[in-house]
Amino acid sequence: MPNIKYGQETYPLGEGRSVLDCLLEHGAPVPFSCQSGVCQTCMMRAVAGTPPADSQQCLKDTLKAQNYFLACICHPTADIEAALPHAAQSPILATVMALEPLNGEIMHVALECHAPLDYRPGQFINLFRDATLGRSYSLASVPRHDAYLHLHVRRLPQGKLSGWIHEELRPGQTVEIRGPSGDCFYVPGQPEQEIVLIGTGSGLAPLYGILRDALSQGHSGPIRLFHGSRSRAGLYLTGELRGLAQKHSNFDYLPCVSGEEPRVGVAAGRVHEVAFREVPDFKNRRVFLCGHPEMVSAAKKRAFLNGAAMQDIYADPFNASP
Amino acid sequence: MTDKKLADWWTESHTSLYENLGGEAAVNAAVDIFYRKVLADARINRFFEGVDMEKQASKQKAFLTMAFGGPHHYTGMDMRRGHAHLVQQGLNDSHFDAVMENLGATMKELNVSDELIAQAAAIAESTRNDVLGR
Repeated sequence: MPNIKYGQETYPLGEGRSVLDCLLEHGAPVPFSCQSGVCQTCMMRAVAGTPPADSQQCLKDTLKAQNYFLACICHPTADIEAALPHAAQSPILATVMALEPLNGEIMHVALECHAPLDYRPGQFINLFRDATLGRSYSLASVPRHDAYLHLHVRRLPQGKLSGWIHEELRPGQTVEIRGPSGDCFYVPGQPEQEIVLIGTGSGLAPLYGILRDALSQGHSGPIRLFHGSRSRAGLYLTGELRGLAQKHSNFDYLPCVSGEEPRVGVAAGRVHEVAFREVPDFKNRRVFLCGHPEMVSAAKKRAFLNGAAMQDIYADPFNASP
Repeated sequence: MTDKKLADWWTESHTSLYENLGGEAAVNAAVDIFYRKVLADARINRFFEGVDMEKQASKQKAFLTMAFGGPHHYTGMDMRRGHAHLVQQGLNDSHFDAVMENLGATMKELNVSDELIAQAAAIAESTRNDVLGR
């Protein structure tokens, strides 16, 4: 009889019972609704053990890859340790290795973790200034290629974390991080599928990670990156991205500015409007949307209405708090 | 028919509808088409503004599973609770009709026979009073 571990407790799984039945019978507070594997309210994550494939039906590939499952239709044959999706992760210490401005408002931060961190480019970590003050930053680095974690930190007006990072943090200092989290990342499979990446501002961080991850995993289909900013000064990594476009014939990069006259090689207009003009049909395309919440929400709806499958849309809205 | 027999008849006829339609695969094929129609429908899309699209899509999927005769545990009370805030915003029969129309058009697009469409429509129709809080 398999055991279900949840929090500090371990419960034996009764004959014919699901993980949800088992946890509810023991009074564990797990949210649920349809009990048919449809509504996804009871989604949990196996932090140890492997959930059966049929308990992951219709979850996004990025969730499957992280061992998420639906508790109401999960009948494991071996032990599983289950956790709710947002269960607290333990803190990890990291040393600041480099701080370099990418443009006037965005700082590249390189961190060396004191313990290995298993992450996917495009996920995010929470970086803490003290025990209660933390903010989320996306990972632009690719574990196979980059020794350190790379963050792009945009300085916000009165930003408690970003101001501290820009003004006070110095290389050699140790910080506390938690994570990784998030399901906006590249999953191998369907290497010929076209990928469209749309981002504003420091929303380029996850996209830069996802892009390089896809290229290094041999993605052969077209990959198109649209990066937008109000002004040309807000664009960054343009040289690196143009270099990647020269090196990889399937990769195409189009920077966009919405509030200034463009120059050669830069498009005029809001980034998602440019993208939807360039890519009119989103059927069978994989889409990644990162940055300004309004852009992400508008583009998500439009990509779906233009034919993208819901399963193929990955979004990371940056809800900035100072 | 006794209550017991009536219940069995419901289960059997619905199970066969779900199987005839193609089960979960049919729901998966239908959900994006249906949700796209709903979002593009100016008569009803205001009720879907500002709601997380993924959560919304999984609710659409639960609705289609039920209409297709598939397994679900929704009760009339769930339907009432789930739509009460929309009724307050003016959800009425005309909007329910629009959803029914989108359901039929979705199934037609998937080349489902008129007979099976009518069966699914009848199940969806049976939720009308609960959805509209009457």
